[in-house]
Amino acid sequence: MQYILLLFLISSLAIFILPGWLKKQKALVLSAVQVVAFVYFAARIPEITTAEAKYIFLEWIPALGLNFEFLLDGLTMVFALLVTGIGALIFLYAKAYMKSYEGTDKFYLYLMLFSAAMLGLVLSANLIQLFIFWELTSFLSYFLISFFHEKESARKAAFQSLYITGFGGLAMLAGIILLGSVVDSYSLQDWINGAESIRQSNFYLPGLLLILLGVFTKSAQFPFHFWLPGAMQAPAPVSSYLHSATMVKAGVFLLARLSPVLGGTNEWIYIISLIGVITMLTGSYFAITQTDLKGILAYTTINALGVLVLLLGINTSESIKAAMLFLFIHAFYKATLFMVAGLIEKKTGTRELSKLGGLVKYMPFTFVIALLALLSMAGLPPLLGFLGKELIYEAKVQSPGIASLVLILGVTSNVFMVAVSLFFARKVFLGKPNTFGKTPNEKGAAFLIGPGILVLLSLVLGLFPGNLGTAVIKPALGVVSSEMIDVKLKLWHGFNQVLFLSLLTVFLGVVLYWAMLKKKKLLETWRKVNSVIFSIELDEVFAWVMNKFVQVAQFKTKIVQHGYHRYYILTIFVFTSLLLWFQVFVIRSWEFDLSFSLNPFYISGLAVVILGAAITSAVSRSRIVTIISMGVAGYGISLIFMYYSAIDLAITQILVETLTLVMFMAILQKLPRFAVLSSKRTRLRDFFIALSFGSVMTILAIKAVNVNLNPTISDFFVENSYNKAFGENVVNVILVDFRALDTLGEVTVLTIAATGVFLLLKTKNKKL
Amino acid sequence: MEIVLAIVVGILYTAGVYLMLRRSILKFIIGLIFMSNATNLLVFLSAGLVSGSPVFVDGEKINAEVMADPLPQALVLTAIVIGLGIVVFTLALKYKFFELTGTDDLDQLKKTDN
Amino acid sequence: MNSVILQLAAKYLKWLFIVFAVLALIRGHNSPGGGFIGGLMAGLAIVYNGFAYDTFRIKERLQNFPEWLIAGGLFVIVLSFFPSLLLGETIMSGVWLKISLPLVGELKLGSPLLFDIGVFFTVIGVTLMFIFSLTQKR
Repeated sequence: MQYILLLFLISSLAIFILPGWLKKQKALVLSAVQVVAFVYFAARIPEITTAEAKYIFLEWIPALGLNFEFLLDGLTMVFALLVTGIGALIFLYAKAYMKSYEGTDKFYLYLMLFSAAMLGLVLSANLIQLFIFWELTSFLSYFLISFFHEKESARKAAFQSLYITGFGGLAMLAGIILLGSVVDSYSLQDWINGAESIRQSNFYLPGLLLILLGVFTKSAQFPFHFWLPGAMQAPAPVSSYLHSATMVKAGVFLLARLSPVLGGTNEWIYIISLIGVITMLTGSYFAITQTDLKGILAYTTINALGVLVLLLGINTSESIKAAMLFLFIHAFYKATLFMVAGLIEKKTGTRELSKLGGLVKYMPFTFVIALLALLSMAGLPPLLGFLGKELIYEAKVQSPGIASLVLILGVTSNVFMVAVSLFFARKVFLGKPNTFGKTPNEKGAAFLIGPGILVLLSLVLGLFPGNLGTAVIKPALGVVSSEMIDVKLKLWHGFNQVLFLSLLTVFLGVVLYWAMLKKKKLLETWRKVNSVIFSIELDEVFAWVMNKFVQVAQFKTKIVQHGYHRYYILTIFVFTSLLLWFQVFVIRSWEFDLSFSLNPFYISGLAVVILGAAITSAVSRSRIVTIISMGVAGYGISLIFMYYSAIDLAITQILVETLTLVMFMAILQKLPRFAVLSSKRTRLRDFFIALSFGSVMTILAIKAVNVNLNPTISDFFVENSYNKAFGENVVNVILVDFRALDTLGEVTVLTIAATGVFLLLKTKNKKL
Repeated sequence: MEIVLAIVVGILYTAGVYLMLRRSILKFIIGLIFMSNATNLLVFLSAGLVSGSPVFVDGEKINAEVMADPLPQALVLTAIVIGLGIVVFTLALKYKFFELTGTDDLDQLKKTDN
Repeated sequence: MNSVILQLAAKYLKWLFIVFAVLALIRGHNSPGGGFIGGLMAGLAIVYNGFAYDTFRIKERLQNFPEWLIAGGLFVIVLSFFPSLLLGETIMSGVWLKISLPLVGELKLGSPLLFDIGVFFTVIGVTLMFIFSLTQKR
């Protein structure tokens, strides 16, 4: 399966070098690649139901415990089929949709790369690897949302989604590392084996919360849901593919993946269920008052994501079964609806609900497709959506603890969904036809193939769901949930509590729909109320936070980066000497095994000369005196080297000092005289700082005497200098033989400095 | 003697830091030279002082007990030459700065453009 | 600065300096000296000459001499890596060739000597480039 990823990668780049006649059909080429991948995965369905899961291990950075690990099991299969299957239809649809835009090469590149990243994500059996693919999807989502980058709103929405999902991704990485430290591995298998110790460890709750942060941001859960409606700035194929069928489900995938490791605890059940319920209600509630077609679909997607998260939070086999089925259902109808919305936008030039109407006259096939998809969304028989809703109700009935509350809220949200679905169909397709600029049509078969196939699947699988259950859902269930239950999917469940709830939902939904349609005032007041709620929407909270962040950064920069060179230097030395003093006081060893002596007297005399030269150089106001004193100090040091058996050092020091002096003298005439620039107080302050640094360095020097710089190294050099390198001057042998690489580095530095000086002074100045 | 030389190191550092805190670039560069000399002396000092016995081996004969440590010497030799490179480069920079702005004052460096 | 004495001295002393520099380079392996010291000495000799006359004139005459010196020096350094590479040893390990000459006695030539010669030329070049750049007429 790593070859499938490679194929995706290559084909995404290959579109740039296709020959002309094939390049025109690049969407079809990519679609075909997706079909190949889909067939590959579909052909392996029998394997995963019978044999062991397929596992591939490739070494990457074994020293850090990072490896490429790919796993193809039931859960992966569900997502892989969705990614490749819907991917194939999306590319087909994009061929028609993107026709009139510039830069489609770029678009297909991003979309195909996203497809590869998403596939890599679901195939990952190593958490770090999963994180990398996870971030890649966020990143590509950014590029795809901002595809119409000339629109400011698109750029803003893209940034928003990148910040939010990126922030969540980083939190998730921290969580992964935290929990990974418990079992000392990032391999999924090790996590599953060590699940008990992870759940028992102190890191469990923080690790879980951090990972959930990643999940909730990616899957647009409350309170991070607001980026998803913003992301509707993207072209329709992107909304359909990333923001309803695949990427936003990554969070759900991770929950299912980690459910055997982290799931089943009270924290898991309550945190996830709570967030799921809130998201579910938020999504369906706000969907009602939306006026934008894609806005409606975005909020219903949030509702669906909430439902999925809730089901995984409940964490019973029933609920996971429902979740897996609902994944398919939602992908089928929502991808269809997004494609239909894109088609309508293309043909009529608007997505506003109030400007649309009576489209059934112009687009009959579209109407049929959309109606079936909407019925599936509303959960009406005989579509797959009905089956899903029944299972979800069943799962909620059996959920532990707060079953009745969850059930009531679930029914409420589904009532909204029914009303929204009917309202959508009525407003867009029925009623009095509006006048459009040009007469809408449904030319372009590519527009309808994708939605048509998906709706057909909804219908056929709704009537005959058996195979889907045993072939795909059951293996997935086996991975996520420890206990195996039989998955027998049927449309007709018999008269029971669940059927009654369904009937109640439909009845209330229709009532709500009727109220929305007939009582115009009701809907308008509702919209007003919601727009008040919108005015304190999280969107703006986010903008406010980002704004403050920039302000704080500016404030900080102003303080730290003040631009005064000497204060930077001052800060460095003050802190260095403080740290050193601290160390001296903490260690508190003031004894030195050295005695103060002035022998030999001529070295002491030399010391006095150097002191005098240093002080003169520091305080003199004449440039010549300053430079000459500096030279005196340098020559004095070379004499010290000379006396203490470092002949080569002494010679080098003399030569370098001479060269330095010559250069200063050469440049001196061209420089201005010293001016008195600092006040007396400043100089006094600087003197004390310098004195503090100097005295601590004196103490350091005394402490450092006779610290052996690893004697074995020096002994090695001395012993082998003649034997191996045929040289009697050990220092020189070290330089040109033992440590020749260092000398090479040194020569390189000199060359770079010389080149720098040459270039600096060569160029003619522009007068300022 | 080590203590006297340690004091020399301290004084060299003091002069170096004081000069580096001045506003004149020329003084800053001279401070840099003092700092580099002081550091060389510090490294040299830390190996211990051995007088009158330079690090030469006479053929195969080795008499390591009285010999000075060759390693810090090699380190300091490298440091001296690199120090030269840094000083000259700074000097060139300073010269250019003076040519462009006509001032020696580092506080004028505040502005990044114009 | 136009001192006839200095110019006359420079004319001959320059070569003396350079001879000493080469001596320091060659005997560097066994006695004080070596590539750095030799290079700095030779560089200073040319600088001395330059100050006696006019640095600018010397520079005109020498054209791109420093650049060539640096390039040549680095080239020689790279050359010194090859003997050890060709013998299949770790790069930069010393390879020695012993030649017995009738009058001089045994002569040892090794890749570290070649390395040192490379350093010698590079340092001369760098020194000259520093001085010429800083003293040029603006």
